[in-house]
Amino acid sequence: MVKDQEFLEKKASYCLGLAKKFGATESSVIVNNSVSETVNFRNEKLDESNRSDDLGISITTYIGKKKSSISSSNLLDDNLNILIEKCVETTKNTPEDEFNSLPDKNLLAKEVKDLCLYDDTHIENDQKIDYLKKLESAASNDKKIVNTESSFTQNKSNFILANSGGFCAGYKTSSFTASSVTVAKDEKSMERDYEYSSKCFLKDLDTAEELGKQAADQTIRKLSPKKIGSEKIAIIFDKRIAKGILSTFASAISSSAISRGTSFLKDKVNQKIFSDTINVLDKPDILKGLGSRNFDSEGVKTDTLKLVDQGILKHYLIDTYNGKKLNLKSNGRCGGTSNLYFENGNISFKDLLNSKSKSLYITETIGHGSNIVTGDYSVGATGFLVENGEFKYPINEITIAGNFKDMFKNITLANDLEFKYATNSPTMMIEGMVVAGK
Amino acid sequence: MSNFFEKSDLSRSEAENIISDTLQKCDDGELYLENSKSESILLDDNKIKNSSYNSDLGFGFRAISDEVVAYSHSNEISKNSLKQSSENLKSTLKSVKGTYNHEIPKSNKKYYENINPIEQKSLNEKIKILNEVNNYLRSKDDSIKQVTANFLGEQKSVEIIRSGGETLTDVRPLIRFNVSVMLEKNGRKETGVYGVGGRQSYDSYLKDDNWKSVCDEALRIASVNLESKPAPAGEMKVVLGPGWPAILIHEAVGHGLEGDFNRKKTSAFHNLMGRKVASEGVTIVDDGTIDNRRGSLTIDDEGTPTEKTVLIENGILKNFMQDRLNARLMKTKSTGSGRRENYRHIVLPRMRNTMMLSGNQTQDEMIKAVDKGIFAVSFGGGQVDITSGKFVFNCTEAYEIVNGKIGSPIKGATLIGDGPSILKEVSMVGNDMMMDPGIGTCGKAGQGVPVGVAQPSILINKMTVGGTKL
Repeated sequence: MVKDQEFLEKKASYCLGLAKKFGATESSVIVNNSVSETVNFRNEKLDESNRSDDLGISITTYIGKKKSSISSSNLLDDNLNILIEKCVETTKNTPEDEFNSLPDKNLLAKEVKDLCLYDDTHIENDQKIDYLKKLESAASNDKKIVNTESSFTQNKSNFILANSGGFCAGYKTSSFTASSVTVAKDEKSMERDYEYSSKCFLKDLDTAEELGKQAADQTIRKLSPKKIGSEKIAIIFDKRIAKGILSTFASAISSSAISRGTSFLKDKVNQKIFSDTINVLDKPDILKGLGSRNFDSEGVKTDTLKLVDQGILKHYLIDTYNGKKLNLKSNGRCGGTSNLYFENGNISFKDLLNSKSKSLYITETIGHGSNIVTGDYSVGATGFLVENGEFKYPINEITIAGNFKDMFKNITLANDLEFKYATNSPTMMIEGMVVAGK
Repeated sequence: MSNFFEKSDLSRSEAENIISDTLQKCDDGELYLENSKSESILLDDNKIKNSSYNSDLGFGFRAISDEVVAYSHSNEISKNSLKQSSENLKSTLKSVKGTYNHEIPKSNKKYYENINPIEQKSLNEKIKILNEVNNYLRSKDDSIKQVTANFLGEQKSVEIIRSGGETLTDVRPLIRFNVSVMLEKNGRKETGVYGVGGRQSYDSYLKDDNWKSVCDEALRIASVNLESKPAPAGEMKVVLGPGWPAILIHEAVGHGLEGDFNRKKTSAFHNLMGRKVASEGVTIVDDGTIDNRRGSLTIDDEGTPTEKTVLIENGILKNFMQDRLNARLMKTKSTGSGRRENYRHIVLPRMRNTMMLSGNQTQDEMIKAVDKGIFAVSFGGGQVDITSGKFVFNCTEAYEIVNGKIGSPIKGATLIGDGPSILKEVSMVGNDMMMDPGIGTCGKAGQGVPVGVAQPSILINKMTVGGTKL
């Protein structure tokens, strides 16, 4: 059982009390508890079960403009005494920083709305096993599938965020996640792919059969890939890859990257950075949303932001510290975005595939090839050659490269947005990128 | 050494009883206890941005029956908590009928000292050095617009209690010092990053103003990148410099030679044991026994002493890296490669210090042998799809080679290749093997562990360079 609010609140207020006693002028604390139960299957047999019970606390103490923090998984009172005394001592010895402070009181969340983020249902391991049996049976239907690994996790979490300014709030969240990874083989090649479903409520999870079949189909179609030549070509990003491009955009507009001057989007507010048709929203109050929240990790209320309006950048993602540095108010984005997404484009997935006589459809990228300082992008990729709207054959061992400054201006989006992750994009086409192959 | 039972209502003998009771008729398993203390001090944007301290305590209880692993972990070392974990394990492994394997090799060798690097240097001294780093760099070059420097220090105490009460312990120090600079000139921004680290005190890396050479290297890389032009796109010859570029070895063959993927036959290497997988002259080892290195371990996280494992000898595939589970199922012995990020995670076979040994050619000969290609000196990181065997790594410092001569620097680009065939494309192996500076972290199944790499300069006949210039 995940610890209740009362237990977490008691620990939090104990810590705030200690911080004050040892000489801190302000302090803040987060106490969290997370209980997960996972069952893994492999080739239709039980492979692993894993239960984790994680308690954690992190405390930041201030003495005027000096700041330091500690974190621990040991919540026994005598350990907290030792750690908080050490933290205050370290704070005294850390140089001042004029921008250090708790968030402005008038920006803090005043109420905690029920965003339907907690499902009390408990799914026993035997029920997880039933689900995984069905999933793996659907996944291994085709003889070309030679290995299946799948997993089911139930997670229940609870937290309290409190500070010496009187803020104290928190709430429970839950998630149910199923995934399937399959390996397919033919004479020439061996390939792997996956499918995944994660929801706040158990009843919303994809069915085992859908998930298993989807994973297997996506793997089998990758068999016997070819390598193509180097050329400039339109790239279509599958939704699961397109969302990564949106995440890179989010890191490039984080106030820390902006205030440090290490982003290619510095000083671009109110300028056009995407093509006219592009809108980007960050909406924290979607019911059952995987990124939904009432306030950020400092307690600042999070409202919906239209980050990009008709191609024009409207906001950075601002926390208290970097906000003060940039002379801007926090917009509740300490810790990043909530439910971030591109609004739908105007054409269907099918029309997008059809819009070029030849294009590459990318289903997987590997490598850490996004540089937010320069905007340069270069990653390894796997996918399919598309000709006149048809998938011709699988492709691998290629790279795709470009610069985000140009790529953002050449985006066309389909109208197939789904809320599968916390960050989501419709299928995306970018013209003018370079493929390196043979 | 931590006494995990000192402040607990659970005594050591009670714990031993619960462990032995839970693991009877299991094939293997243990209680893993861990107490780690770590600190991070960060200078950024002319200020000490962060000073933080973490103390983490917990246990992970594992029971294995045939291929099935049951695992349960908690932060609370108490009678209740361990009993609950024991119940969890028993409920997963309903009908066990194995024989517990009590055998575990022993060694008295230690590869690092029992120290706590955090306590060895005061906070004020560490802050002073970070400020000196900042001042030193900013006074060196007007185009420096950002300096970030940080210290990371850690002491991790582990104790492994096996069925029957056999106990194995280790205390592991680890530090890392990093410097990153950003330059801006004529509207262009570029960064350079460099760092050092290992299982020693901070002073082993910082004495005699050694930190200045770390700063100089970060600045040098950033300056080179300011002059870089777009990288070429397509297949060409690639010369890799010695040391850190060995993440090629780590990604291209290292992961594919880990026992779990080969037992499951999902690695592109699973049917290549004893076969030729690399050019003659290519020998690759994974070594946990080098003094004070980042990837070294006295014992692994199952208690097995580490060793130097020969993976590829003169081109022939000789061994996989094994933990106890995969070794038992593949009827071989553990190579001391069973590792976990911390008590929250299960053990997996992992790399330690992965090294390609020296040959007898010079880097000069390699450059001269290339008409059109690139010379890659420094890398940011890499990734591999172990099933298809395709791997990438990202250059952070590279040059074009034209007619046997090193030309202009080129922008960061991803290089992609095929693991099982790339080492057959190695046509020259240098005589200049070098270890990396001690900064690598390897990720697998969501777990990060410290690792090292090493290699001499090598010439690869054909690799795809992911630039933008056609």
